[in-house]
Amino acid sequence: MAEIILEVKNLTTKFKRDKGTVTAVDNVSFEINKGEILGLVGESGCGKSVTSLSIMRLLIDTSGKITSGKIILDGKNIDDVPEREMRQIRGKKMAMIFQEPMTSLNPCMRIDKQMTEAILLHNNITKKEAYERAFQVLKSVGIPDPKNTLQSFPHQLSGGMSQRVMIAMAMSCEPELLIADEPTTALDVTIQAQILELMMKIRNEKNMGILMITHDLGVVATMCSRVVVMYAGRVMEEAPVEELFANPLHPYTKGLIASVPKLGANVASLPSIPGSVPDLSVMPKGCKFAPRCESQMAICHKEEPELMLVTEGKMRKCRCHLLNSNKEEGNV
Amino acid sequence: MGRYVLKRLLNAIPLLFAILFFVFLFIHLIPGDPARLVAGIDATKEEVALIREQLGLNKPLLTQYFEYMKGLLTFDLGDSIKGGMSVAEMIAPRFKPTIILTILSILWATLLGVVIGIVSAVKRGKILDYTGMVIAISGISIPGFWLGLILIQIFSVSLGWLPTGGITTWKSYILPSLTMGSGVMAILARFTRSAMLETMREDYIRTARAKGLREMLVIGRHAFKNSLIQVVTVLGLQIGGLLTGSVLVETVFSIPGLGRLLVDSINYRDYKVVQALLLFFAFEYVIVNLVVDVLYGVLNPKIRYN
Amino acid sequence: MADLNTESQKSKIAADEVLPKAKSKTKEFIQKFLTRKTAVISAGVIVLLVIAAILSPYIVPYNPDMADYNMMLQGPSASHWWGTDEFGRDIFSRLLVGARLSLTVALISVIIGTAVGTVLGLLAGYYGGWLEALVMRGCDVLFSFPDILLAIAVVAIIGPGVINVVIAVAVFTVPSFARIMRSATLSVKESLYVEVARSLGCKNNRILWLHIFPGTIQSMIVNFTMRIGTAILAAASLSFLGFGANVTEPDWGAMLSQGRNYLNTAPHIVLFPGILIFITVLAFNLLGDGLRDTLDPKIK
Repeated sequence: MAEIILEVKNLTTKFKRDKGTVTAVDNVSFEINKGEILGLVGESGCGKSVTSLSIMRLLIDTSGKITSGKIILDGKNIDDVPEREMRQIRGKKMAMIFQEPMTSLNPCMRIDKQMTEAILLHNNITKKEAYERAFQVLKSVGIPDPKNTLQSFPHQLSGGMSQRVMIAMAMSCEPELLIADEPTTALDVTIQAQILELMMKIRNEKNMGILMITHDLGVVATMCSRVVVMYAGRVMEEAPVEELFANPLHPYTKGLIASVPKLGANVASLPSIPGSVPDLSVMPKGCKFAPRCESQMAICHKEEPELMLVTEGKMRKCRCHLLNSNKEEGNV
Repeated sequence: MGRYVLKRLLNAIPLLFAILFFVFLFIHLIPGDPARLVAGIDATKEEVALIREQLGLNKPLLTQYFEYMKGLLTFDLGDSIKGGMSVAEMIAPRFKPTIILTILSILWATLLGVVIGIVSAVKRGKILDYTGMVIAISGISIPGFWLGLILIQIFSVSLGWLPTGGITTWKSYILPSLTMGSGVMAILARFTRSAMLETMREDYIRTARAKGLREMLVIGRHAFKNSLIQVVTVLGLQIGGLLTGSVLVETVFSIPGLGRLLVDSINYRDYKVVQALLLFFAFEYVIVNLVVDVLYGVLNPKIRYN
Repeated sequence: MADLNTESQKSKIAADEVLPKAKSKTKEFIQKFLTRKTAVISAGVIVLLVIAAILSPYIVPYNPDMADYNMMLQGPSASHWWGTDEFGRDIFSRLLVGARLSLTVALISVIIGTAVGTVLGLLAGYYGGWLEALVMRGCDVLFSFPDILLAIAVVAIIGPGVINVVIAVAVFTVPSFARIMRSATLSVKESLYVEVARSLGCKNNRILWLHIFPGTIQSMIVNFTMRIGTAILAAASLSFLGFGANVTEPDWGAMLSQGRNYLNTAPHIVLFPGILIFITVLAFNLLGDGLRDTLDPKIK
């Protein structure tokens, strides 16, 4: 029986805009087990980043608020703990790395200062020991000359190195959960592979859970054991990775998989999902994906489908009226 | 870093020469006959000719230019038309009050402006922010000379705390420097606020928070220095406005400084003095900008450690 | 795959029905602007001022030049709202008529400065090369004489007087606009649509005025509004120092300068002109702020 490190239950996050309130994350639920890599997939604007920020409760400088739901980290409720306590959890029990490593490091601060800052925050050790720890951690993420890197400023590092430093910084306090928000999107393909390999290595060594947020299905296929597909702030489908690719149930998932160009395929035009992600403040009635869906039915525009469990035990869920109609016709 | 400073210096030098040339040209841009203007309407031909010789206007242009440049090198700026004093003698005693005033104003403006800006940014949307920004926009919109007069009325006349004018004690510098710095203080406050707000939206601030850092440290350690760098870029430009404020402030507070001398000299058509003063102010500005540029290079690690 | 067309048509129709349409740009601008209360109020104040200034000769309660030696240096009262000056003239009337002068001077000088500065900036930014170097070096030199100093220098050269004040203020407005418009031009120049125009074979002139200029108008408008405030202050400062308009016509700065002598006994002479200048400049600055915020796509 796998242990659960993170449980998100019915998380809803809303933003205040001039035009009114916008629901960026709507009733999202999922679990991550220790040592598991869960993929959170969707196009830009689907709410995956906001979900991760909500979990870390980093919505401070935005107009966003978690309006309902529970976030349970290693058995403890963290959605309502006071900020003081949260600060002890952030960086220590769970850590986050971001998409743009080049801008995620303070350009005016030397690397060693930035790293020891994190270490000293959560550990009662001396500055010298913290420096040593930083050195070790940089080594473990594959940086060839840790001493030089520590003395450098961020603008002197390459993209790949920066991301390694970020990962090192996140790892330095040995978190049990790592949230990775598009960690490789801004990097070259070869570096991408290295970073992903690094993350897997760390996962194996520390049995750390990873929430892998990405829009790249290739990354999902390589890294993740399970996948959650989001659209317009809602979970549309959840499945183990092999099943998702072999037999996608939701039309959106099908569209996503179909739009990945395949080597050797001779097509006149690249298949794509028509239309674009709706503006969150003016969402269509009924199923949010209906206007772009190739299988849209009349009911799709009127009623939003529920997220339903498709097969017990395998954690297969889907939010689509097609399932209902299939059930009615006796096809499941 | 060295290259950066050198480049700045090299840029400044032709500028200084251009300024010299421009100021030289100044007398010759005056429509009409400057000598006659100086002498007055009912001067005789001989008087006018005398003045023309005094001003050196009877020589060919190129010679005038050479004499001008030569004079500058030897600090011989010519003679004032007032009672046979040389320009240098007229200007020298006025340096001290103006320089002190200028330095004090810069200090006031920078400290107050930056602090107000940071507080406003941190307490965004709340009363402190609102107050700070009201002060700021008022500072920009208020006529400096009027502010000075009001301050005199309140603090000198009504309350009697501070002297009304002239330079008597160190207290004499308080009101004038406040007045002189008010405009720049306001601009710095606004700019610091927007720089801070912009910096706070940067990715690395999010990283700092994700590490579990206290908000105060996030602001103080991470946001502040980055914003300061941005502010410094604007500082140089704005100081220009401050420097010329001395003209108005010295007039209002009856301070025997260079600014007031400029106004008087223009009224008396003491062109040599005017030239020298224009040079001084322009040079002052260029040099201050240079210092600010260097400061920027020191603060910004991208330049300091290349 | 024969039904691809109808399929996409179906989704298009469905999309149209279910998703709302976009608004027109002007409407959006006005809507957004109206949400900024301070800007709207400032705009209102300015309109009021302008109307009052235009109508001033007809609506003044007293003849601004008429001296009344019985009522010298009177404080604010029911008959003289803002008191009288040292000749017994009604301050309110004088300020009202003075508004005409101040606003006109400021407006004209900024218009001239903007026009010249914009042309210079656009040309410099677009053509680059020696033209840009010349213009920018020129601006640098002019900039070394900060703000009012430049205006004072100009006045020192060409003498005092209203027109000369206009010229002086225009002169010191030019370099700042030249710089701003040049950088605006530079950034617009890199835009894709300019490349498109060029690739279509448009002549330089056409590109410059039809394509680049509209892209820079935003910067121009915001700065224009704020420079009017600066111009009013500058003109008042020049008058205060004695370089300004002739002393006979009511002039805000001159009123302050003359009133200075009576500061102790009759502070209202100094108070009201100053407040009026302050409010006017404040209104223009707030309006400029509001315009900038409204035009900024990053701010919702």
